[in-house]
Amino acid sequence: VYRLHGRYHEMAPNVVPMDYTKDPDVKLPMQLIINMPELKENPFKERIVESFSEDGEGSLSFNDFVDMFSVLSEMAPRELKAIYAFKIYDFNTDNFICKADLEKTLNKLTREELTAEEITLVCEKVIEEADMDGDGKLGFADFENMISKAPDFLRYCFNCV
Amino acid sequence: PSFSREAQLFVEKFEGALGKGKGKKFYAYKVMMTKKWMKFQRDFENFKTACIPWEMKIKEIESHFGSSVASYFIFLRWMYGINMILFGLTFGLVMVPEALMGKPYGSLPRKTVPRAEEATAMNFATLWDFSGFAQYSVLFYGYYNNQRTIGWLKFRMPLSYFLVGVGTIGYSFIIVIRTMARNANEEGGGDDTSFNFSWKMFTSWDYLIGNPETADNKFASITTSFKEAIVEEQESRKEENIHLTRFLRVLANFLALCTLAGSGYLIFFVVRRSQKFALEGLENYGWWERNEVNMVMSLLGMFCPTLFDVISSLENYHPRIALRWQLGRIFALFLGNLYTFIIALMDEINLKASYLLPFTIFNILYNGTIPENSTAPPIQVDPADVPRGPCWETMVGQEFVRLTVSDTMTTYITILIGDFLRAVFVRFFNYCWCWDLEYGFPSYSEFDISGNVLGLIFNQGMIWMGSFYAPCLPAINVFRLHTSMYLQCWAVMCCNVPQERVFKASRSNNFYMAMLLFILFLSTLPAVYTIVSIPPSFDCGPFSGKTRMFEVISETLEHDFPSWFGKVFGYASNPGLILPFILLMV
Repeated sequence: VYRLHGRYHEMAPNVVPMDYTKDPDVKLPMQLIINMPELKENPFKERIVESFSEDGEGSLSFNDFVDMFSVLSEMAPRELKAIYAFKIYDFNTDNFICKADLEKTLNKLTREELTAEEITLVCEKVIEEADMDGDGKLGFADFENMISKAPDFLRYCFNCV
Repeated sequence: PSFSREAQLFVEKFEGALGKGKGKKFYAYKVMMTKKWMKFQRDFENFKTACIPWEMKIKEIESHFGSSVASYFIFLRWMYGINMILFGLTFGLVMVPEALMGKPYGSLPRKTVPRAEEATAMNFATLWDFSGFAQYSVLFYGYYNNQRTIGWLKFRMPLSYFLVGVGTIGYSFIIVIRTMARNANEEGGGDDTSFNFSWKMFTSWDYLIGNPETADNKFASITTSFKEAIVEEQESRKEENIHLTRFLRVLANFLALCTLAGSGYLIFFVVRRSQKFALEGLENYGWWERNEVNMVMSLLGMFCPTLFDVISSLENYHPRIALRWQLGRIFALFLGNLYTFIIALMDEINLKASYLLPFTIFNILYNGTIPENSTAPPIQVDPADVPRGPCWETMVGQEFVRLTVSDTMTTYITILIGDFLRAVFVRFFNYCWCWDLEYGFPSYSEFDISGNVLGLIFNQGMIWMGSFYAPCLPAINVFRLHTSMYLQCWAVMCCNVPQERVFKASRSNNFYMAMLLFILFLSTLPAVYTIVSIPPSFDCGPFSGKTRMFEVISETLEHDFPSWFGKVFGYASNPGLILPFILLMV
């Protein structure tokens, strides 16, 4: 935790106090956070920061910061990572991953190299594969079910630290 | 927010418990060791991957161009491994002993440049053509002496030469078959494709990437992976009009057969003409007539594959299957070429062998192997002046070496002109040209998988055929593959664009392996034929003086092994036993 505090502090030394015993209310804006080396190349960096921030705007207090890194570390349990993964891919925060969310995810992943019909095809296939309750979008249960069978989830995902 | 409070409390509680209990230090230590161990494992994996030669390059190509193009480079790397071993065998067991322990240059007629050629022997042109000094060196069959043992180690040169020749072929067979078996096992595993697209979408990004270049590669690889999956999906959804498709496919096959027949006849016609020229004496004709056979074969090799490509667009197959048909047809085309080449060589051998008789007598006199009841002393002549027999083995070796070299040159020049210059032209002239060069004709070229794979396979066939007669061939090939890898990797990344429809290569390379096996079998036939039925040249090579090359084995058995061994071997070498044994192994 001390190390994290050190990182948090060095991002904005004039704002973040060294002494946290009085529990000050300091928040760092999103721009500073997404420039951290661990997150810089990540296509989902904005979403990651947004989903951990309390006010939903993307500013992280130190508590949020610690939360983020604890979920992203290797020691975090799979269920926890799955919960936050769902939050990250849910762009419109309606607790469902709908087709628009999928399209946004795909565009971020491929940097918009795919044509419109390819994107539609992929999103349709994803919903076809993972949607168990047939509502045309992915609820958390569908997502959890699909992720639990994925061989690579723990190896590559959500392991920044 | 409330969740994070819970998490915080949990952590505090845990740390509190640690602070109070006895096992605090040990637990912290264990946690640290686990972390270090996981990091070590990851680093070791990275190290192992970095150790595999060219792995990074191939991964980069795979992420930009797809797994089918990468499969060609993986195949190239595998071939390089095999050639290294072949090179090790020929170099270590044949060339080095002869160079170190054999009689030096100039001591025997077979080791000396003839007086007539001495003036031009060191010219670059002669050396490039592999005559002159290159011909009379350890590089070719003719240099080796037929002395049974050489040097203070009593190294049995002829036996070693024979065994290395047989061993290279045997090793190649074993390794190709073993790789095929291993690949077939892997393919049976299958994969769970129930959440294919979902996994690709949610689990493909590697969160540990911090380097922009790696990120670029990863984006490209994800895009390519999606495109491949999309192609598979589209193919499985395609509806077909069965009758029209069948008719078109039959038509396409008919056209392909016509092309093959046409090219076969053309080669036949040209070879006949060249034989006629040879009989009349080559001095009367210009460059084209002399090289007609080679040129026609190269031109056919360049244009027919394009023709097959056009024909295959009629067939409307899944790209992977279309690639296989294409490979099969080009394979048949090149086989025809190879066959005629061998016929031409055989003709020349027969021609040369007919000059045999006058030299036999002189040679016997020179070597002093006179019949007992004669009293003429051996003649003392300088080795350079002794007239030589034709030495067809060296000639065959030279032909193979020249073919390999010219093939390499052609490939490199084609890459440079066809891909690089074309890309430069399209890129820079696009500004001042009437139509859009990048999208219309000629645009950037795609990587031609089938042409390159077949080129590699046939090149290897040449090596297998020729390495018995020219021990330097594996060395030349190792050098060629090494440079080829770098040149092609650079050319692909710099001048080519990915194909329109990127498709996933089949999990193993078994199709390539099957073709390689077939070529291996075909290449060993001529060598085996010459070993068992044509008498070796009497005045050059390690088998000179024997009636058949394989007699070196029986000779070794007589002299070096106890007699019972010879008897056992005699029984075991009964063909009836050997054939089932070989079949069983396979």
